[in-house]
Amino acid sequence: MSKVEVVSERCKGCGLCVLACPKKNLSLGDEYNAQGYAYVKFSSDGKCTGCSFCAELCPDMALRVYKQEKK
Amino acid sequence: MSAQPKLKKVFDRPQCLKDVPYHYCPGCHHGVIHRLLAEQIDNFGLRGKTLGAASVGCSVLIYDYFDVDIVEAPHGRAAAVATGLKRARPDSFVFTYQGDGDLAAIGTAEIVHAANRGENITVVFVNNAVFGMTGGQMAPTTLEGQVTTTSPYGRSAAEAGLPIRVTEMLSTLEGTAYAARVAVDNIKNLKKAKAALKRAVTYQQKGWGFSFVEFLSSCPTNWKMTPEEANARVGKEMADYFPLGVYKDVRAN
Ligand SMILES: Cc1ncc(C[n+]2csc(CCOP(=O)(O)OP(=O)(O)O)c2C)c(N)n1
Ligand code: SF4
Ligand code: SF4
Ligand code: SF4
Ligand SMILES: [Mg+2]
Repeated sequence: MSKVEVVSERCKGCGLCVLACPKKNLSLGDEYNAQGYAYVKFSSDGKCTGCSFCAELCPDMALRVYKQEKK
Repeated sequence: MSAQPKLKKVFDRPQCLKDVPYHYCPGCHHGVIHRLLAEQIDNFGLRGKTLGAASVGCSVLIYDYFDVDIVEAPHGRAAAVATGLKRARPDSFVFTYQGDGDLAAIGTAEIVHAANRGENITVVFVNNAVFGMTGGQMAPTTLEGQVTTTSPYGRSAAEAGLPIRVTEMLSTLEGTAYAARVAVDNIKNLKKAKAALKRAVTYQQKGWGFSFVEFLSSCPTNWKMTPEEANARVGKEMADYFPLGVYKDVRAN
């Protein structure tokens, strides 16, 4: 399954990626990074498609997307 | 351990952006706009021959982020500085990156005349309807009724006039070859924004003349909104008054 890696130290907890994900795979967590922001968490329960909408709309480039290659 | 599925990295930061954190507020669109410009510099292979003219505003520190040569222009003068850069180094890719306070207030003369002369430069104009850096004062692009620190009862058209639609205004000039207004509030608009920037860079690379891309942008901090609310305002109130689209594309087939 495709997946998203959160660079937690770069995330500012703005939530724009949460809005962007059509599969609701992202949510704001309750753990804080060194900058003092509650960073976003990725859960693949919603079946990530690797569409990258979240990462494209993240102002801080805090997301990296890995897409599952077709067999 | 079970066999891992083959995963391909499909999204990462552009090469010509340094791997450092931005100083921007959470949810500020400046970050996305930087990245879209950087992607085009990478796509066109221009990293080693790009000269930027930075402006005064929240994006004043873009030389800390772009791994290209950047000249810091005095407030409002980026289009004049870029004119000099391009004329002295015609083989370079020359861009300006300017806010609305910078370009549409103190820098009105410079942008109008650079466009009118048809300078072969690319202007990235970030319209967030306020002077962000200095604490959210009213800009020429502030919406009617919008509350700012210098329009505490909302912008009054009787006192301050209505907001300037810069893209439309510059499109009337013969020297402007390409002009578009875009936004990055959702994926659909972001894709159009990418296409507009690509077209603007193409214009300069082919020597087709002055190219201009206005981004409607958010300023959650000075709008006193959450990032989500500010993002929604871009797509609604702002795009209602400042319609998105390509206004001029003289080389379109
Ligand atoms: C000559 C001069 N006058 C005024 C200022 C104060 N000043 C700094 S930034 C700014 C406006 C910035 O607004 P904008 O260009 O919209 O950028 P934003 O921060 O909103 O991205 C002003 C008036 C200055 N630095 N220099
Ligand atoms: S890549 Fe697409 S599906 Fe996966 S988390 Fe991001 S927006 Fe959601
Ligand atoms: S858009 Fe980026 S900075 Fe904002 S919450 Fe998501 S990962 Fe964090
Ligand atoms: S003040 Fe506004 S424009 Fe400046 S970084 Fe913050 S949100 Fe962005
Ligand atoms: Mg501004």
